[in-house]
Amino acid sequence: MNWKHYFTTSVGRKLVMGFTGLFLVLFLLVHCYVNSMIFISRNAFNAAADFMGTTVAIRIMEIGLFAGIILHIIQGLMLARMNKAKRSVGYATNATNTKQVPWYSRSMTLLGTLVMLFLIMHISHFWIPSRITHDLNATKLPNGVETHDLFQKMLDVFQSPLVVILYLLGVASLAFHLFHGFFSACQTMGFTSHKYKNFLKGFGIVFTVIVCLLFAAMPISMYMGWVA
Amino acid sequence: MEHYSMNLTLKVWKQKNTQSKGHFETFQVKNISSEMSFLEMFDVLNEQLIAEGKEPIAFDHDCREGICGMCSMYINGRAHGPWHHTTTCQLHMREYKDGDTIVVEPWRANAFPVIKDLVVDRQAFDRIIQAGGYISANTGNAVDANSIPIEKHKADEAFAAAACIGCGACVAACPNASAMLFLSAKASHLSLLPQGDPERKIRAVNMVEQMDKEGFGSCSNIGLCEASCPKGISLENIARLNREYLGAVFGEGGDNA
Amino acid sequence: MPLNSKIPQGELSQKWTSYKSTCKLVNPANKRQLEVIVIGTGLAGASAAASLGEMGYKVKTFCFQDSPRRAHSIAAQGGINAAKNYQNDGDSTYRLFYDTVKGGDYRSREANVYRLAEVSANIIDQCVAQGVPFAREYGGLLSNRSFGGVQVQRTFYAAGQTGQQLLIGAYQALERQVALGNVTQYSRHEMLEVVIIDGKARGVIVRNLVTGELERHFGHAVLLCSGGYGNVFYLSTNAMGSNVTAAWKAHKSGAFFGNPCFTQIHPTCIPVSGDHQSKLTLMSESLRNDGRIWVPKKQGDTRKPNEIPVEERDYYLERRYPAFGNLVPRDVASRAAKERCDAGYGVGSSRQAVYLDFASAIERYGKIEAGKHGNHNPDAETVRQLGEEVVKEKYGNLFEMYEKITGEDPYKVPMRIYPAVHYTMGGLWVDYELMTTVPGLYALGEANFSDHGANRLGASALMQGLADGYFVIPYTLGNYLADDIRTKPIPTTHEAFEAAEKNVRNRIETMMNIKGSESVESFHKRLGKIMWDKCGMARNAKGLAEAIEEIKALRKEFWTNVRIPGEIKEYNPELDKAGRVADFLELGELMCKDALYRSESCGGHFREESQTEEGEALRKDDEFTLVAAWEYKGDSNFELHKENLTYEVMHLTQRSYK
Repeated sequence: MNWKHYFTTSVGRKLVMGFTGLFLVLFLLVHCYVNSMIFISRNAFNAAADFMGTTVAIRIMEIGLFAGIILHIIQGLMLARMNKAKRSVGYATNATNTKQVPWYSRSMTLLGTLVMLFLIMHISHFWIPSRITHDLNATKLPNGVETHDLFQKMLDVFQSPLVVILYLLGVASLAFHLFHGFFSACQTMGFTSHKYKNFLKGFGIVFTVIVCLLFAAMPISMYMGWVA
Repeated sequence: MEHYSMNLTLKVWKQKNTQSKGHFETFQVKNISSEMSFLEMFDVLNEQLIAEGKEPIAFDHDCREGICGMCSMYINGRAHGPWHHTTTCQLHMREYKDGDTIVVEPWRANAFPVIKDLVVDRQAFDRIIQAGGYISANTGNAVDANSIPIEKHKADEAFAAAACIGCGACVAACPNASAMLFLSAKASHLSLLPQGDPERKIRAVNMVEQMDKEGFGSCSNIGLCEASCPKGISLENIARLNREYLGAVFGEGGDNA
Repeated sequence: MPLNSKIPQGELSQKWTSYKSTCKLVNPANKRQLEVIVIGTGLAGASAAASLGEMGYKVKTFCFQDSPRRAHSIAAQGGINAAKNYQNDGDSTYRLFYDTVKGGDYRSREANVYRLAEVSANIIDQCVAQGVPFAREYGGLLSNRSFGGVQVQRTFYAAGQTGQQLLIGAYQALERQVALGNVTQYSRHEMLEVVIIDGKARGVIVRNLVTGELERHFGHAVLLCSGGYGNVFYLSTNAMGSNVTAAWKAHKSGAFFGNPCFTQIHPTCIPVSGDHQSKLTLMSESLRNDGRIWVPKKQGDTRKPNEIPVEERDYYLERRYPAFGNLVPRDVASRAAKERCDAGYGVGSSRQAVYLDFASAIERYGKIEAGKHGNHNPDAETVRQLGEEVVKEKYGNLFEMYEKITGEDPYKVPMRIYPAVHYTMGGLWVDYELMTTVPGLYALGEANFSDHGANRLGASALMQGLADGYFVIPYTLGNYLADDIRTKPIPTTHEAFEAAEKNVRNRIETMMNIKGSESVESFHKRLGKIMWDKCGMARNAKGLAEAIEEIKALRKEFWTNVRIPGEIKEYNPELDKAGRVADFLELGELMCKDALYRSESCGGHFREESQTEEGEALRKDDEFTLVAAWEYKGDSNFELHKENLTYEVMHLTQRSYK
């Protein structure tokens, strides 16, 4: 068996989902940390954003991140399609209820697609102006370095209540995706033995709640003018 | 316990053979005792159909005590019906009340083609076992049974995994029609025991490959298999199988000859 | 034809050893040329097929279920015996042999039983090597429990699912051989005829149950591992599909049928709840380790069991058999239950049940557990809770099953139980090599008659099935096939195959063309009722003679009035069942004839005319220390052959469990 084969069996493909998923979870943590600087000050956030935008190592990792996202999306959609094809004649009745398994566990493709749509909007709001088109206002950090005023961009974007609502929906989709996804990735990697199962389940939920609440707080705070 | 009798409406899947298209048919049964098992209710229906000169409904069943794994009905949207940890044959009619309508379908998965009505072909499971669900110990090769002590908790865990009856409810219930719970139960049972340890990696890889060949879906850890399993096989077995598989990917010993 | 049991010469304990070292062998290159057909894939069939495949024979297995793993061995609950003496309680090969012969009421063949006891220990080793997860102690070593009719702990078990675990072990070994190409497996196939060429079994005709097509398969030898015929009683603990067809076809092709009337009625089953009942469910004998059996002392007592004070209860087994108490052999326990119910002491709405009560065990275990936790003065509730936990660990799955079926919680209310048909000691007559009277045709496991005499002890069926398959047939089959290495595979176009297939086809067509008005099921029920009433737990000459006539009449009615829906060439379970019931209708008659002939009481066979003053079974050793082997001579015509049983080591005594 060669490497390619190992990762193209059903379990192999799920391992790819798990690996990329956990990698993206790690990114979320960093992203959340950096963005939380908005709650400290405009300069703190812009400085952090500048660091992320100018450090070579991070720019390289960014490529990896995009690769990871794309792989996760493509593999996810492919798996969903393949799995659907395993039952050509469906059931007429379905009594699955939330007591057996939560609804979001059965809706990962839907939630993932929503997150993907959200991501497209999100990237076009911030990443493209900052990294590609460079049509952002310049600002000077206290240490004299000139950089994009991403903070101002956020303030501008989150003036629209529609955008804020879309962001909140996006974060909610992400949260439910993670409620299942974090544990599922751990399960696929085999971490969820009897001893660690409940811990990992709990950890995934706590992590998701904290990260997603922080993310949700950002557009709300900007819109409400709690940070300026 | 109060016993009572009831009249029921049954909507049952009828399909002449693998090639033909199936459809639902509606039947009425009367005076069903609450003490009957679900399959005894079907016996009554079939006797009634024979008396009317019609063809009875084909369904798989054998031991009728919940252990052979032959019975396989998808009842009102659940594999093996509404009772927890229960096979179809052990479901009893006291679950239902007069006037109820019950919809009965076969296991649905491309890897389990319908043979007739509610009977499906589960030989794919045999082939998954053939791919590695065994310990290679020829008759006469054994050492004394007590020469290798096995920690009680491991023996108990192996037993819990080995309790799988191979009925296929996990596949039937899984939105992906995945056989991972079945496969992992066997892999766990064997790899938890010292006797099964030497083949643990190759077993995991080969069984997974066979599962894919048979046309089962992949596992997305939803958990409906566990919820539908009449023997309470745990999802932890799937995690264990995944560990074995990862071990085979990154370690030695997973390559098949 | 004189029956030659081919028992090796020499001292009992040396017979098998000397057989093994002197029997003929087949060299590996020749084994590849030899084909073996195995009918049935339960413990005997799967273990035989796997072992023979490992040895290099070309094996084909057939089962009517959708997978070999479904065979009814899977339902055995309690355990498997083996003379390991791990408990240091004085067990030995001899003692297992002794208990088995005595338990069988001195109607089994000494040499066979001794061999069984001898290989019993290897079975456990083999199963553990295959990964059978037997129960273990905290030290990591194997755990044992007691079963009826013995005074040692020699039963190995895997909770209440021992049969399942052993069968899965054998099934896995079989699937491995399938993967290696040594065994070809045919599921949903049923054997309908043995093909005999030049006096030797050379193949079978099977029906593919999915397509309805008939198929011919050649084999240098044919092994019947098709189980017992308890379903002749309609209601039994057997699976719905368990049948006598393979064995009966063999019988009609010349294999003698040994002791057909020896039927085991298991004492602890869930009672019949109504006419709709399709099968009976066993509650493992292991429950008698801890459960106490009783009925009220007052006739027709309608109080709830928990309202009847201890002094008004009759623990009749403990009263009648103080030495063995609740652990008397199955036949004794069953008859005692019937006696109480017939005398009007039965419980439950049908009055055909006795109580199996765990209250004292729960209390006893609860106190021990509390003591372990340092609580030496626990309150009743704590004791009950702790005790229930222990009982749950031991018998949890059985209690759950009882509750699912009856809707009653056996932790709170005593179980209601009643005897039910469970196992058939009788079967195809075989010699020491497990060969029937047809050369090349073997019978293994429950399908043969050999090891259990007139009553099988608990946890011995699994032992015998696996002994035959793993450890006996690999030697004895080689001894036969060694002379057959020059026989080339016979093409299935041979006239004997033609004739056999035609015979099967005609029978099926005749049956389908009757187009009568009564369902197969209803004939089966009627047969079952005759058998249970007149050839059941107690039998007498008058009833048996009546039963023979009734069965004949019923058979005639079947062949003129049965209604089988559907087509021949399709998946048609009604047609499959019709063939099986037709065979039961012939077997039932033979069973009654055998029961009528055997005018003694022994083991599971109780003739009301032959009992002691206390109502115990009374053997007639002078007349009946023999195997009654019946030869089929055409419709309703069976010729009796006798194999006298000689006891070199055991002394025949009246069994006493007092």
